[in-house]
Amino acid sequence: MTFINGIGLISPQNTLDQDSFLLNIVEQTSDYLKCVEPAYKSYLDPLLARRMSRLIKMGIVSAKFCLTDADCSMPDAIITGTGLGSVEDTEKILGEMTKEEKFLNPTPFIQSTYNTISSQIAINLKCHGYNSTYVHRSFSFESGIQDALLQLKEGTATNVLVGGIDEMTLNHLLITRKLGLWKMNPVHNLSIRQTMTTGALAGEGSGFFLFSSFMGKRYYATVSGVETLYKPQTLDELDEKTTTFLFRHDLKKEDIDIVISGTAGDINWDFLYDNYTSKVFPGKPVSWFKHLSGEYHTASAFALWLAANMLKHQVYPEIIRFNDIPPSRIQNILIYNHFRGVNHSLILVKR
Amino acid sequence: MRMPKRVYITGIGIISAIGNNVGEVEESLLAERSGINGITLFPTIHKDKLPLAEVKLSNLQLVEMCGKKSDRFLTRTTLLGMIAGKEALKNSGINLEDGIKTGLISATTVGGMDRSELFYQEYLSNPVTGRLRDVVNHDCGDSTERIAEYIRISDFVTTVSTACSSSANSLMLGARLIKSGMLDRVVAGGTDSVTRFTLNGFNTLMIIDRNGCRPFDENRAGLTIGEGAAFLVLESEELVKKLNKTVLAELTGYGNANDAFHQTASSPEGKGAILAMGKAFQVSGLTPSEISYINAHGTGTQNNDLSEGFAIEKIFNSVVPPFSSTKAYTGHTLGAAGAIEAVISILTIKNSCIFPNLNWNNPMKELSIRPVKNLIRNYEVNHVLSNSFGFGGNNSSLIFSKP
Repeated sequence: MTFINGIGLISPQNTLDQDSFLLNIVEQTSDYLKCVEPAYKSYLDPLLARRMSRLIKMGIVSAKFCLTDADCSMPDAIITGTGLGSVEDTEKILGEMTKEEKFLNPTPFIQSTYNTISSQIAINLKCHGYNSTYVHRSFSFESGIQDALLQLKEGTATNVLVGGIDEMTLNHLLITRKLGLWKMNPVHNLSIRQTMTTGALAGEGSGFFLFSSFMGKRYYATVSGVETLYKPQTLDELDEKTTTFLFRHDLKKEDIDIVISGTAGDINWDFLYDNYTSKVFPGKPVSWFKHLSGEYHTASAFALWLAANMLKHQVYPEIIRFNDIPPSRIQNILIYNHFRGVNHSLILVKR
Repeated sequence: MRMPKRVYITGIGIISAIGNNVGEVEESLLAERSGINGITLFPTIHKDKLPLAEVKLSNLQLVEMCGKKSDRFLTRTTLLGMIAGKEALKNSGINLEDGIKTGLISATTVGGMDRSELFYQEYLSNPVTGRLRDVVNHDCGDSTERIAEYIRISDFVTTVSTACSSSANSLMLGARLIKSGMLDRVVAGGTDSVTRFTLNGFNTLMIIDRNGCRPFDENRAGLTIGEGAAFLVLESEELVKKLNKTVLAELTGYGNANDAFHQTASSPEGKGAILAMGKAFQVSGLTPSEISYINAHGTGTQNNDLSEGFAIEKIFNSVVPPFSSTKAYTGHTLGAAGAIEAVISILTIKNSCIFPNLNWNNPMKELSIRPVKNLIRNYEVNHVLSNSFGFGGNNSSLIFSKP
């Protein structure tokens, strides 16, 4: 069994505060949801922090929070998933390069490499263990989970630090908005489904989890498994694959107590979520999270945080309820997410 | 918990500065012919000043090779990957319609940057310019999915990006997924194309050798950026037996460790490298004395070659087998390096020879070991250790064995 023994999540909500679970909801009307960030200098060497990009600071600090939460000073492996890596650094270099190809600052180049988060965490902890980074859209975090579960199964690790991290910048938003990905106008986050407009509300976040082969004192939940489904052709196929996935983990669809849906308030893609939940899990409590986290490639890290806390505290907060069906118990939660109908994933979390 | 399943390589595909397919690459390797030349692919102030190891085909030629009509949505990184992926599959004789679960694990550091940098060039000067279609292929996952579409794999896809060790990690993941029973077959490897972004990035770090890389040479002054792609078809022992497949090599060992020293420099004693190689030996059950040849990471930077040299001396207790870096042939192909050099390692097994460390003349003062300077023929190669050490201390080592 794989236990989530610690979590550190920096997100557009007050999620770093592990003593309060969705009590101080951040509501805002904005172009995108920006993270509520801690005072980084309290957690990082100021000399080193000065040269770190925001993404690296987010990554290291959320990882540290996670390890403290789990009472673990040194993981055996560090795995990160990120969809876009450091957008800010990439844009910096491209900006400088446009002016001329001389006298470029090397720091953003170094920090723009996708594996920079995993590496910086390793350097910070002096962790020589297995270290990897997955960069594949909304499979990024899920691929990390898959690798972590495999490490634990192989017996090569007892504690694996797994994270999902992505940042958004206004510049990047303005460019990619033209591709139809995001809302064209500022929107109130809690009303994204009511707006009935195209595009999702963009967000960002850094969520790190400590996956362990033993039950920690303050453990949250167990991660039974993850499945990435690439280009399923029909809803029937999704249904079938969900059944097979659950069966592999000794469950039937009826055993699922809550489905967390990645619905993002984008009328172009929400239908897929709605069709999925009504066909595959009719009559089941459905919750959602992207009104709190925003949409980004590794947003499922927020969903995992949500599932883990619901299971640990045995609560079903009103703010994340999508339909009116109350759960009869909170034991088995399934997270379903997809990106533009191509990358679908399932994460099964149990108490 | 030891997983006893064995993982075999049944197909290889490659495109690089020294050849557009396995046959051409093999020929260049045997002819001791480097693919490092000048910069022709894009305008830059560094033209005629810095060398590059370009694939000797334009994007349009690559498009034609793929049988496509236009390069729409096909970045150079994607095109290279498509070609190598297709060759690997063909080489393996796999029939993808046979219903066996097949995955694609690719790797890249550049992704679609060859296109996005064009967009930004215009956009940043004037925000109403820049073709949006140049940014849609930016992320790493894009090339993987287009390759998957082209070679018709959809059961499982993902992308690794760990700098210069990326595709070594793809291969490692592929092997682990097969051993765990999650997949029976994996096409694993990576692809990277040259871009102004990486050329300038490495140049600002002052680790590009204006005269072309000279791995393990006392007077080395840096790396030469290269491009290319390579994929290997990995199949489980069970599948190989069942379908009676011809096997090129076995992936017997793999190891991944982090140096945890500095984002761009390796620790002086090569701690991460020692750990990675050590893990590969552990997994393979082999001892260093059984290694016939080491295909070193050997970028030609002051730092890597010293650190890796020390690590090799330590692990092998100074009884070091023939070793060479083949980056003076192919350039440093970044994310594709692990896979490209895996193919080269397999070619040493196939040809029973050791490809030399080109451009080498002066032994490093600090090391007692010297790389192979000239091609060695008629040398039985049973086990090859291949190193890929990346920025961020991501160190990976693979061991390939004669089947």
